[in-house]
Amino acid sequence: MSTTVTLGKALNMGLRKAMEDDPKVLLMGEDIGKLGGVFRITDGLQKDFGEDRVIDTPLAESGILGTAVGLAMRGFRPVVEIQFDGFVYPAYDQIVCQVAKLHARSRGRLPMSIVIRIPFGGGIGAVEHHSESPEAYFAHTAGLKVVACSNPVDAYWMIQQAIAHPDPIVFFEPKRRYWEKAELDTEAPPEPLFGSRLVREGSQVTVLAYGPMVKTALQAASAAEEEGISVEVLDLRTISPLDMGPVLESVRRTGRCVVVHEAPSNLGLGAELSARITEACFYDLEAPVLRVGGYDTPYPPSKLEEDYLPDLDRVLEAVDRSLAY
Amino acid sequence: MSEVPELTDQGFEPNPFGPHHDPIGSDPINADEQNPTEQPVLVQLLTPEGERVEHPDYSIDLSAEELQALYRDLALVRRVDVEATALQRQGELGIWASLLGQEAAQIGAGRALLPDDMAFPTYREHGVAWCRGIDPMSIIGLFRGCDSGAWDPIESKFNLYTIVIGAQTLHAVGYAMGMQRDGGQGACLAFFGDGATSQGDVNEAFIFSAVFDAPVVFFCQNNQYAISEPIEKQTRIPLYRRASGFGFPGIRVDGNDVLAVLAVTRRALEAARSGQGPTLIEAYTYRMGAHTTSDDPSRYRLASEMEAWKLKDPIERLKAYLVRSGQADAAFFEAIEKESDELAARVRRETVEMPDPDPASMFDNTYAEITPYLQEQRDTFLTYQAGFSEERSHA
Ligand SMILES: Cc1ncc(C[n+]2csc(CCOP(=O)(O)OP(=O)(O)O)c2C)c(N)n1
Ligand SMILES: [Mg+2]
Repeated sequence: MSTTVTLGKALNMGLRKAMEDDPKVLLMGEDIGKLGGVFRITDGLQKDFGEDRVIDTPLAESGILGTAVGLAMRGFRPVVEIQFDGFVYPAYDQIVCQVAKLHARSRGRLPMSIVIRIPFGGGIGAVEHHSESPEAYFAHTAGLKVVACSNPVDAYWMIQQAIAHPDPIVFFEPKRRYWEKAELDTEAPPEPLFGSRLVREGSQVTVLAYGPMVKTALQAASAAEEEGISVEVLDLRTISPLDMGPVLESVRRTGRCVVVHEAPSNLGLGAELSARITEACFYDLEAPVLRVGGYDTPYPPSKLEEDYLPDLDRVLEAVDRSLAY
Repeated sequence: MSEVPELTDQGFEPNPFGPHHDPIGSDPINADEQNPTEQPVLVQLLTPEGERVEHPDYSIDLSAEELQALYRDLALVRRVDVEATALQRQGELGIWASLLGQEAAQIGAGRALLPDDMAFPTYREHGVAWCRGIDPMSIIGLFRGCDSGAWDPIESKFNLYTIVIGAQTLHAVGYAMGMQRDGGQGACLAFFGDGATSQGDVNEAFIFSAVFDAPVVFFCQNNQYAISEPIEKQTRIPLYRRASGFGFPGIRVDGNDVLAVLAVTRRALEAARSGQGPTLIEAYTYRMGAHTTSDDPSRYRLASEMEAWKLKDPIERLKAYLVRSGQADAAFFEAIEKESDELAARVRRETVEMPDPDPASMFDNTYAEITPYLQEQRDTFLTYQAGFSEERSHA
């Protein structure tokens, strides 16, 4: 059945489906019950699945993740909501030292089927700690998988696939795109969770993006087209592990690559992608891999976020630089 | 051996400020509300009807001028708050966290501070900021998205707002440990909410303060909610009773009674300054507005609850007392009204006129001295911006 839904609604539908499919799936987080979460992603789920499966937790992120570990040991599949990106850090110790390592430490005896949902990124005019992009911290941690959805269709499928997956997954949701709409066919076959996807074909420059920046990259590609420049856009979807196949295939064709993310460039995903691309197709490159990211400053007050965040123009500028190389 | 008292039950008087009954009823968290026949644990000096009552352990004796000054504080901070909410609705602020209903808790606590004391707020303590002499516009700037708080935390003795729940309680303890070690005269007043009491940081702050006998007072405004979650989601005992498990006194005060809050906070700060260590104050109050302007409380609480709390309004009760006891006349209230309107008008005018920050300022102060790589980014940013304004001027 096909309906037009927002990205937020698609996540809600995906969570509902996962809970229907597997009684071991539990949701945990702050304000996710009666309120349905500050972004309403869990709207109506407590009413339908009860307080034992949709749990309004005390206000303590380390507590949420720590208890999720115990629940996972007991065979449950906790899906935890971190209210905003900047509030995951009290749970960082549990995520990095426990969630990520227990499978290895127990020689596979302790499954850590935990999904950590984090609305991330800026662009909504919020105050401090509500606009950050902490994905690199998690991608750097062995044992964790990290994905980011960019559109309603992916949101619907990826959240279900993440919940069904045996490894712990940090699931980034592009909060400024929660209201973006698309046609969702819940019967169409989904794409694999850990696969990147070509979202716009082009021949001169490959632009890599994920989460909120996919839309920005697509806008830049349209603008470039008007100037006669052909830009190819890939939605990475999976951040760790990276799905390098489609990336390398594209870069070998275009010879040029620009990586875009909101997170600061310094040691961000762009750095890893650049290294892997350079290692794999050095002789195909016509220009160095360029990065467009946030600056290496704390996320600025919201009046300056448009200056901080990569936008269509900054992507185009990098595309021009790549072509001029 | 150290001089730390032995950790026996006898060694710790649960509350040296006086004996308190802790009736446990069907609703343990609000037990005293549920058991009106039991002696209330809530310290109150002014009833909701504005009647002055005595408490065995706490007294306060204020002149008419002092009472009027408190009324003025309450009225002005509410007026600024209402204006800020309106400004947010009109798109002038990104968000606003209202203090509506919590004025007495904040003014009572704020006016208990002495110049050497240091306050550590959350994001809602606009009333305490007022007491510390911080211009409302410094706070407006943060919620407008211009900066992260324009005041000088050291000079004003009012730390920057802390949005990450609970983090500031540890900072307060550390600052208090500093006061202890450098011969400081003051104490710290750490603010946090009912929800915050669940955070590890807050519990660690309790432990550090107790172990080091730090001159700090923990001031918890129990406004009954952490966004949508009612207090029952955080605790099964009244919050002030948490203190005894950590080894220091805890006390619950009527947070809508400015006199009681002032008396209780003064006493606790004095105890801290004189080396008696921490106290936990639970100011029992109610968040009369939404969590922030982004919130919709109708999704999780009944309007009738609000109506009940309206009868306990912190400003109305002081007004009733002032009128009843003949300590303020109509002219006084008119003058305050006029001053409030003028202040609100200034806040509105200065908000609308507030300039956007300089974009290049985002690179400032990331480090004591900008690093070469960041300098490079800053230069590139400026060149890029200049290119744009050129393009525009050619267009
Ligand atoms: C570490 C952290 N987690 C989550 C949040 C999101 N958040 C902001 S305010 C709030 C509720 C706070 O409740 P309480 O401590 O009672 O203070 P109140 O807002 O009622 O004054 C939450 C969950 C946050 N700011 N920091
Ligand atoms: Mg609260």
